[in-house]
Amino acid sequence: MTERVPVSMTVNGEDVQRFVEPRTTLGDFLRVEMELTGTHLGCEMGVCGACLVLLNGKPIHSCLMLAVAAEGETIETVEGLAESKAIADIQQAFHNRNALQCGFCTPGMLVTAHEILKSEHPLTREEIRDELSGNYCRCTGYEAIVDAIEQVFVARAAGREVEASGQFAETAA
Amino acid sequence: MNMALNNTDRPNSYIGRSVTRPNALRLLAGKGRYVTDIKLPRMLHAAFLRSPYAHAEIKSIDTTEAAALKGVHLVATGEDLAKLCKPWVGTLDHFRGMKSAPQLPLAVGKVVWAGQAMVAVVAETRAIAEDALGLIQVEMSELPPVVDIDQAREPDSTRIYPELGDNVAFKLTVESGDVKAAFAKADGELEETFFTGRHTAVTMEPRAIIADYNASEEALTVYHATQTPYQFQDLFSRLYGIRESRVRVIAPDIGGSFGMKLHVYNEDMSVVGLSMLCGRPVKYVADRLESFVSDIHARDHRIKTQVAYDASGAILGVKVDDVTAIGAFSTAPRTSVVEGNQVVRLIGAPYRFRDYRADLSVVFQNKVQTSQYRAVGHPIACLVTESLIDRVGQKLGIDPFEMRRRNIVTSDMYPYTSPAGYKFERLSHEACLDGLYKLMDYPRLREEQKALREKGIHRGIGIAMFVEITNPSPAFYGVGGARISSQDGAIVKITPAGEVQCLISVGEHGQGTETIIGQIVAEHLGVDRELVRVITGDTDVTPQGGANWACRGAGIGGETALQAAKKLKQNVLSVAAAILQSAPGELDLINGQIVNRSDRVERIPLSEVARISYYRSDTLPPGTNPQLTAAHHYSPQGYPFAFTNGVQACHVEVDAETGFTKILDLWVVEDCGRIINPMLVEEQIRGGVVQGLGAAFFEECRYNESGQLENGSLADYLVPMACEMPDIKIAHVETPTQDTELGAKGCGEAGTAASSAAAMNAVNDALAPLGASVSQIPMTPQRLLKALGRG
Amino acid sequence: MVTKTKKPLVPRLGSERVKPAPFRYFRANSLAEAFAAYAEAEGDCTYMAGGQSLLPVLSLRLQTPSLVIDISRLEELRGISLANGVLRIGALTRHNEMLHSPEIARYAPLLSKAAPYVAHPAIRNKGTIGGTIAHADPAAEFPGMTLALNAEFEIANSEGRRREPANGFFRGLYETGIAPGEILVAIHVPVFGEHDRCAYHELARRRGDYPLVGCGVRATIRDGVATNGRFAFIAVGAVPQRAFAAEAAIEGQRLDETAIAAAQTALEQDLQPDDDSETTGAMRLHLAKVLLGRLLREIALSPSKAVEAAA
Repeated sequence: MTERVPVSMTVNGEDVQRFVEPRTTLGDFLRVEMELTGTHLGCEMGVCGACLVLLNGKPIHSCLMLAVAAEGETIETVEGLAESKAIADIQQAFHNRNALQCGFCTPGMLVTAHEILKSEHPLTREEIRDELSGNYCRCTGYEAIVDAIEQVFVARAAGREVEASGQFAETAA
Repeated sequence: MNMALNNTDRPNSYIGRSVTRPNALRLLAGKGRYVTDIKLPRMLHAAFLRSPYAHAEIKSIDTTEAAALKGVHLVATGEDLAKLCKPWVGTLDHFRGMKSAPQLPLAVGKVVWAGQAMVAVVAETRAIAEDALGLIQVEMSELPPVVDIDQAREPDSTRIYPELGDNVAFKLTVESGDVKAAFAKADGELEETFFTGRHTAVTMEPRAIIADYNASEEALTVYHATQTPYQFQDLFSRLYGIRESRVRVIAPDIGGSFGMKLHVYNEDMSVVGLSMLCGRPVKYVADRLESFVSDIHARDHRIKTQVAYDASGAILGVKVDDVTAIGAFSTAPRTSVVEGNQVVRLIGAPYRFRDYRADLSVVFQNKVQTSQYRAVGHPIACLVTESLIDRVGQKLGIDPFEMRRRNIVTSDMYPYTSPAGYKFERLSHEACLDGLYKLMDYPRLREEQKALREKGIHRGIGIAMFVEITNPSPAFYGVGGARISSQDGAIVKITPAGEVQCLISVGEHGQGTETIIGQIVAEHLGVDRELVRVITGDTDVTPQGGANWACRGAGIGGETALQAAKKLKQNVLSVAAAILQSAPGELDLINGQIVNRSDRVERIPLSEVARISYYRSDTLPPGTNPQLTAAHHYSPQGYPFAFTNGVQACHVEVDAETGFTKILDLWVVEDCGRIINPMLVEEQIRGGVVQGLGAAFFEECRYNESGQLENGSLADYLVPMACEMPDIKIAHVETPTQDTELGAKGCGEAGTAASSAAAMNAVNDALAPLGASVSQIPMTPQRLLKALGRG
Repeated sequence: MVTKTKKPLVPRLGSERVKPAPFRYFRANSLAEAFAAYAEAEGDCTYMAGGQSLLPVLSLRLQTPSLVIDISRLEELRGISLANGVLRIGALTRHNEMLHSPEIARYAPLLSKAAPYVAHPAIRNKGTIGGTIAHADPAAEFPGMTLALNAEFEIANSEGRRREPANGFFRGLYETGIAPGEILVAIHVPVFGEHDRCAYHELARRRGDYPLVGCGVRATIRDGVATNGRFAFIAVGAVPQRAFAAEAAIEGQRLDETAIAAAQTALEQDLQPDDDSETTGAMRLHLAKVLLGRLLREIALSPSKAVEAAA
């Protein structure tokens, strides 16, 4: 064990100061120190995409960054994005379309979807799949996720919210 | 959607509707609570030192330095835990003659696969525990590893367990009719050998467990990422000698399971003992590298086949020799021979030939053990069968659809018993084939294929029929002595506010169990779905049951919930009748209101019945004793299994210069009986298909000759990702089982069952004009190039 | 640590551990600070830029330095600028900036074309071109492409700065011309000329994976005649490789099927990939030839920048 060193950063809009071991990854810092367990660790080597968070607004792997290296930076996790309603329509579309099963990959998927949906023009299904290329999902087979993201593109282009499909969701098939 | 919905105009009609999943909302908010996320007061963390060798003796272990590291609380060896935990053996009586060595939490004396846990460290943090692993000194002496399936069976081969005699775990012959005579009268025969790659589940959430032993009460609480909490209650109780009633297993949100999270794992068993030794909660989460060398693997088979046929394309007989390697042990409690058993029993299942012989050999080797993983045996049986059908068709110039039409078990033949002894109540092969033909617009695809071939573009179309085992009765495991339950239990209760809670033994891992149970309870009780809360996965709370395996949640769990809801409804109507001075038979419960059965006029809200029952029973007529909780247990009693069926088609383009394949389309027509939630059925199918496509093109645990896994990381073991997977079109045929009132069967494995086979047939269809073919999955570019003579 | 009775143990990859060993951390605010920290740690340390290659190495405990020197905030390593016909790309330029930079697209389009193949979007948001070149994975896109571009590396050490050409820079598996303690500061790329053409493609099992083979080609094509062809291959050996014989086969030639076939044949002299457990060397060479053929056809058919500008 090495001496803990101070680090301060903004996490989901909150200024936080902590002492951490230098070897602590941002992913472990968020999950253990901040108790933000929405960010998941699926491989701890930057492959699965479950641990994606926003670093100064851009998705990065929280398992591939040291917490100490985030000094002064702004981090947003799925919890922050959910609470600020920044991804409310994406969450709704995922829910309507059942674009998640076990939900373990979902925080990373939502972070990527949030980034994809910043595109000024709607992406094609192929382009959406390309942008999702670093997010592993074992349950869905991806199609529902692509559908949900498409649905948000359509809604945003029309300037409307994604409405809850309520008790009777439309199936895509 | 081409399915018929019934009763959809009734209030609270939910069965057959694509409703969303209430419990998905918390997962979408980052508020799931997986075992990985749970932190208990004073919790410690475990890590394991693993064997670097596939086969070696442990000469000595020195833990002094590791134990002295600051932050380390305990270093335990195999001997330490063997004092607390009884050994377990992964055999079952109904697999006659099968054998396997006893297992203990940690290796004692020798290791039998690379990655086997030898020493456990418990420390303040996982990182410190990992630091301590580096300080443990183990002196080992390598033994010759048994790796190859043929070498393992040689008379002079190294015995992994000399006390077992040889390295053969189990042998089985399935014989029906007169296969010799079938071959004698055949117009033609062909033979082919198939290989299916060792595969693993790669759930997004790795295995995770927290054991919390409380010595003062001699009670154990385990938070466990498992499909089968009751099974583990039994195992922890028996192996550690803790009273069953004091063992509580909680399965919270589970990050994927696919059959992988119901086996006995050394680390999971160790953690219980570690908590007992430390007197504190101990958590273990497998990291991804550990998952690859300690999660069960599956599907490692070599299947030699011969098929006899006549000039009309009728299959006359099939001979099979399946050799499968299962690692160093048979996995408890389900064994590692079920997969092979299902391979040899499912080969040919959709077809009518009667003359069949299959020999199965299940072999030990120095690799991590295999066992049940999604669609156990089905993809292998399907791959073999469907490839043989196509190969015969190709010989005779008969179209794949026509080959199948000529050979399937037709609707006039049910009930039907297959040559291997499976009893089919009613399957819908013709309807599924016809549905697929239309869904994929088969003639147009064939025209397009022809036109593109002239331009040097090689596309292929492959179809594959499947039969899936669901709703298993005790015939599956119970008869073999396994303490694995085939029944499920549900408790449905009305709360004082007139809302509903359903506690049920089937669990939720993302497939939507809680949602469909809520649909069934709401419909059969007669309340809004929003009012029904479904609670799963806690042995102190939910009733005893088999939980989730072999596609039983909808069929068995659903029927249990249905009957419990009906029972409760009768109870509600009895109380209401007492209040209203009516008779239960004259009343009904619709949308939370007690109404007249005759004219549906509202009489009293359910909430009022509940209020009176719980708070003002004094106002009820004497002798009225309201029972607003009903419990029901259900176990399949008719057919031993409820078989489902369907057909898939795959469309690919092969780059003949590079061996790379692009999957263009995939279609599924499936029949899982009564559909409760079409959206969830379709998502189960899609997810399943993609796991089968992973097996077909990407996934394989590659071992070298010394028994080392060479690609045991997520960067090297290739799982299907978004760019390579197609959109999947699905249609349904509904043939409800008559064994239950609900009529539902399972659907979780159907996608996986046939997609590898459809993909192989498609690739071989593309390769046919080039004179090449493959019979091994995954169909890597390297293997395709080799088949094309370019490697 | 596991020891064995007879021969010493070859450590298994990571021993299934994913939490890094302990180390100290120092964030350098200048190159001078970085060099001083390196000297003080007597080399038992590592520099970290974007960390996308380093973090897995640390997490798997493949390296256990006592000190990590964070150079990711050194302004001296940032920026893309053009001077005297040479594009200078700061070592901390992120892969995502490479993908979207108009300067890169205009003056070093081969790098723009290779950029989408670099890992996945989130990695590209953090990983840097300097980091990937210093790490020198033989299957990584950017290090290999510096060969086709005749790039030069600007390397700093405590004494000052020096230049080293890409050709010869990649010495062995993960070994480069950067000496211990030195820091790659920038990549210098001669600008893409009016008649230059380039193309990149790779054969990867899945999108974003390291490829079985990758190749970037550039050539000057005037009146249909190719000169100054430079072909760089990745994932064909311990280091990324130029294909000098294949390049010579098209020098001064029209890029027709005859010339392309000659280049493909000549490639046998350039590349001798080894067998591995999945792929034979012969197969890899075959794939390299296929790829080269496709890329040469692509540049033969694609309009030059001059034509694009006119259109």
